[in-house]
Amino acid sequence: MIELVNIKKGFGDKVILPEVSAKMETGKVNLIIGASGSGKTVMMKCMVGLMEVDSGKVLYEGKDFTGMEEKDRKEIRREIGMLFQGSALFDSMTVEQNVMFPLNMFGSGSLRDKKKRVMECLERVQLKDAARKFPAEISGGMKKRVGIARAIVLNPKYLFCDEPNSGLDPQTSLLIDKLIKDITKEFNITTVINTHDMNTVMESGDHIVYMYQGRKQWEGSNKDIIFSKDEKLNDFIFASDFLREAKEIRQMEMFQQKDWRDKLKKD
Amino acid sequence: MLKGMFSRPENMKMYWKEFMLQCVDIGIGSLGIVLIISIFMGGVTTLQISYQLVSPIIPKATIAQVVRDTIILEFAPTLTCIVLAGVVGSKIASELGNMRVSEQIDALEIMGINTKGYLIGPKILASLIMIPCLIAIAGFLGIWGGLEAGSLANILSPEEFMQGLRQEFKAYNIFFALFKSFVFAFIISTVPSYYGYNVQGGALEIGKASTTAVVVTCVLILFMDYLLAAILL
Repeated sequence: MIELVNIKKGFGDKVILPEVSAKMETGKVNLIIGASGSGKTVMMKCMVGLMEVDSGKVLYEGKDFTGMEEKDRKEIRREIGMLFQGSALFDSMTVEQNVMFPLNMFGSGSLRDKKKRVMECLERVQLKDAARKFPAEISGGMKKRVGIARAIVLNPKYLFCDEPNSGLDPQTSLLIDKLIKDITKEFNITTVINTHDMNTVMESGDHIVYMYQGRKQWEGSNKDIIFSKDEKLNDFIFASDFLREAKEIRQMEMFQQKDWRDKLKKD
Repeated sequence: MLKGMFSRPENMKMYWKEFMLQCVDIGIGSLGIVLIISIFMGGVTTLQISYQLVSPIIPKATIAQVVRDTIILEFAPTLTCIVLAGVVGSKIASELGNMRVSEQIDALEIMGINTKGYLIGPKILASLIMIPCLIAIAGFLGIWGGLEAGSLANILSPEEFMQGLRQEFKAYNIFFALFKSFVFAFIISTVPSYYGYNVQGGALEIGKASTTAVVVTCVLILFMDYLLAAILL
């Protein structure tokens, strides 16, 4: 579990995160959602240590990551895998070499073992055939999948994904979402996704943190969203008429289910 | 930036591999342009000195002596390094800048790799080894270019040129040239690394960083050239 305790972050006079606390749960797909400029990327960068918080703590399984020495931080970072918005693949390396890079840097074992592990990961993301290609020769969706393969090659405990669906068509986007969700459940890892893709929110959001102007505005699951009365959240999630109608249909569907009816009556 | 480079390498083999890659990139990659520049530099120097030394009381071998000292003391280290500032410096700045903008450096950081040590360290070390070698080659080729140009233009024969080369030779000049080349190599690798590593923005900023890096490197080389000459000669 990753816990944020009253983290504050600003640049000069501008405060980006006034004070945020949240918990990212193990075995779940945790989403950070919000409009552009709401502070979700800064929040994720603070979590992984790419930015230093001004105050507050980031705890990994209770260990204070923010107050750690660089040497100890490196130990935790080796348990982190991250998928970047632009995939961040190394241009000069093939797909196979990209995925093998963390193994070469930190892994032990023979070259044959490493290659076997790389192929396992590439097979997991259905890219075994693209192993010899360079990043410039593959599509955006494939790059994202290579990024996922590289992120999971060292069996991380924590997986961070920064806008994994940006620039992808809906079908590829769903494929990436499913892949991340499956990996999270299969390896029981803590996954944190920074997104404003509504499909991801509704399909994968086991636990959602909605950020509004740097503050945590709302927290819950994708099912809770349907019946949420938070205006700001509703304006953000169901921005179009089409989505509002879809929400009403989903509300009616869910209202048919007894456990939800009971829950709503209780609320 | 330099302080952050010094930490225990995560995997020595990978650092060595990166170092060798940089040696090939900086050394072999710049060899062609160094060859061309140094040969022509020597040739032109011979022609211009012969044009100026027209007195009948000055022996022709003196032309070779002046060519030798000019090339060893100034042209081989300084002119070659100014060119290398453009070739190597812009490559380093744009490579690191592109890695920064496309989040490749962040990806390495997340993996727990000391990015300064892994990306900049091998570049500096490779420059410190390869650039003095390039300058030594430039010196030899410059003098050879001078000999050939003198012979082709019927200014002085190869024998006269060889005689001039041996006249009043000071080994200290070689030391001075090599010392300068180490200083320039350090500037050529560190200044562009700094500008490239700290790029913020996009493609436009990479271009700006690359240009600034080359300009600052060239100015620093010229400034250090003057300072070293004032101190060491």
